[in-house]
Amino acid sequence: METQTITQEVSEIEEKSVKSFKEVSGSVALLEALIVEGVETIFGYPGGAIMPIYDALYDYKEKLNHILVRHEQGGIHAGQGYARTSGKVGVVFATSGPGATNLVTGLADAQIDSTPLVCITGQVFAHLLGTDAFQETDVINITTPVTKWNYQVTDATEIPEVIAKAFYIAKSGRPGPVLIDITKNAQIQKFNYEGYVKCNHIRSYRPKPIVRHQYIQEAAELINSAKKPFIIWGQGVILGSAEQEFKAFVEKSGIPAAWTVLGAGAIPTDHPQNVGMLGMHGNYGPNVLTNDCDVLIAIGMRFDDRVTGRLDKYAKQAKVVHLDIDPAEIDKNVKSTVPVWGDCKETLPLLTALVDEKKHTGWLATFNEYTAKEIEAVIHKELNPESGEMTMGEVIKQLNEITKGDAIIVTDVGQHQMVACRYAKLNKTRSNVTSGGLGTMGFALPAAIGAKFGAQDRDVVAIIGDGGFQMTLQELGTIMQSKVDVKIIILNNRFLGMVRQWQELFNERRYSFVDIQSPDFVMVAKGYGIDGKSISEREELIPTLNEMMAHKGAYLLEVMVTKENNVFPMVPQGCSVSEIRLK
Amino acid sequence: METLDNGKQEFNITVYTENQIGLLNRIAIIFTRRKINIDSLNTSPSEIESIHRFNIVITESEDVVRKLTRQIEKQVEVLKVYYHINEDVVWQEMALYKMSTDVIAEKVSVERLLRENGARAVVIRKDYTVFETTGHREETDALIKILQPYGLIEFVRSARVAIIKKSDGFNSKLREFERLEPGEDVIENEYLNKGQKVFTM
Repeated sequence: METQTITQEVSEIEEKSVKSFKEVSGSVALLEALIVEGVETIFGYPGGAIMPIYDALYDYKEKLNHILVRHEQGGIHAGQGYARTSGKVGVVFATSGPGATNLVTGLADAQIDSTPLVCITGQVFAHLLGTDAFQETDVINITTPVTKWNYQVTDATEIPEVIAKAFYIAKSGRPGPVLIDITKNAQIQKFNYEGYVKCNHIRSYRPKPIVRHQYIQEAAELINSAKKPFIIWGQGVILGSAEQEFKAFVEKSGIPAAWTVLGAGAIPTDHPQNVGMLGMHGNYGPNVLTNDCDVLIAIGMRFDDRVTGRLDKYAKQAKVVHLDIDPAEIDKNVKSTVPVWGDCKETLPLLTALVDEKKHTGWLATFNEYTAKEIEAVIHKELNPESGEMTMGEVIKQLNEITKGDAIIVTDVGQHQMVACRYAKLNKTRSNVTSGGLGTMGFALPAAIGAKFGAQDRDVVAIIGDGGFQMTLQELGTIMQSKVDVKIIILNNRFLGMVRQWQELFNERRYSFVDIQSPDFVMVAKGYGIDGKSISEREELIPTLNEMMAHKGAYLLEVMVTKENNVFPMVPQGCSVSEIRLK
Repeated sequence: METLDNGKQEFNITVYTENQIGLLNRIAIIFTRRKINIDSLNTSPSEIESIHRFNIVITESEDVVRKLTRQIEKQVEVLKVYYHINEDVVWQEMALYKMSTDVIAEKVSVERLLRENGARAVVIRKDYTVFETTGHREETDALIKILQPYGLIEFVRSARVAIIKKSDGFNSKLREFERLEPGEDVIENEYLNKGQKVFTM
């Protein structure tokens, strides 16, 4: 009798476990987790230590779109481009050793530009850790300085919880890259899978500071009493999906507003209060008048040195209101008068409610006076050259005419980047994808691939220099295989232009190793089955741009531009923003 | 407290963390990246199960220390960071001294040594004796000087451990952290301009 009862109980338990548990491998648990997190696209490259995950992926082809890249760096930049245009978390797979180390540049880029990523790397079997096994590298320690969080999984049962934490950490608060290293045994190991629960709280992690109404009040008082207030905004507005809240604040307060490179597009380029770009190659007015305003309202930006120029001469006359989600950014570079902690999606409406409705007409007119000077000294001849070789600026201008400002503009790093950021017209948010903080040459081509997957209904135009293009041109293979409809414009000045510009201005034209030769880019593209054209005559520009934009599928357009053109205005290094040079 | 000419002084940084592999590195690189030397570092389980406590000593200006604490607190597995000058903490370092037992028996009055330096013998063997003393740096240093002439065989000193004078312990704070919506108390370090009081607990 007793024995019978026990047997009965055991069988009941067994029956229960069959119902609520499913025995799956770590790899399957990972892929199930990705599906629950809403992941649709993965950028990756297989290899020995991640083979069990790729084997599992074979059965998930319908649910997860894996894009095979040509290099892990391309994979992670594609993940970044995807995250930037979609607002979702970019997901990247790479194998151990070289696969993982090839991610490092992208991780550093994503860390400094606050891009949400979850990177999964394979790792050797747990029992081989520390033995210098084949393709073993200490990925956790290599990536610690360039990740928001990282973790090594050696047991499959940890996978659901760790992946949940990874997504939560990557996208919450100030976003950033997370790397999860999974040993091969954990990928293979089967365990009782109890399902996946999303993470929404980690006791040691506070993504957002509590909004303090006292500071909102103080900020509003300062703003209301200001005669010459000036808004400078960064990517925080976009990362916080606070574009509407930001626009409402700008429009009610009537304050002129300027953007950092990563903040571009949060309000349209032609918004009447958008006075232009800040920083080293930003617009004349915003730079000069930073040192003239009485209240500087910084929103979701971190006072990077490329924005501030010489720090001890930066906005010293102004009271500073700093809105940021990351407490470590407040007072890091510029001392704030009022720190407005918190997510600007929450703080901006509170501030808008308290600020007076104003126009600041006279003050806005001062910006326009500077714009007029800049047009005369720089912009007009950059955008409308009548003779000679084409300029980068006129290519962007003609592109604007065709896209009307609706395209996503992906840029690499250097002169073309500054020109594109200065002149590209952006009507919508999440339209500007570039490597801001890290300045990663080779970013644009793979990022454009990701950008297209993140916003499939939009046109994606990658604008790249002849130098940067050669750093990651292998990703043409990805464009070919996955049929990615991106338009590529190479602005070829036959120089590493930005370094050349500095050598011209500051090193007495000692052009040290900036004279770069390029292959026939159109032939290279053709090798990958991508149509293209190279032009050097002005009259070809508009028709070819039209042809490119109308072309079905990827297209590569090389435009030969002036060899020794400089990007102006410029705040030379070590100078104050008000010492900006027009020539 | 002695402030150096360059405005730098000793700061005691107290960090409460989860017990997580790799976190020591994550915290250490915040200093090394800025080329700041860690004078002393101690880590051990705290009074609360699963929570670890770091005591880090550096010589820096308060402005730098404040920025560093924010960077440390930003790490996902760090619960809370405090910093204090030496006056605000009770601190100790422990030192061990290994001597030849023969030498001591012949030349030094063991009893006098123990009395004068608050030291005690931990191990006495035929061949060697180990003394222990606990105190501030000057005190443990003093005993080295005294023992050196008699052939100090080996010396080791622990990292500094420090108790915050104005502290009610971390238990109540932890309960705050575990709530989904923690109160203002937990994130007091975000206040920048409120001076020293912020960093008492």
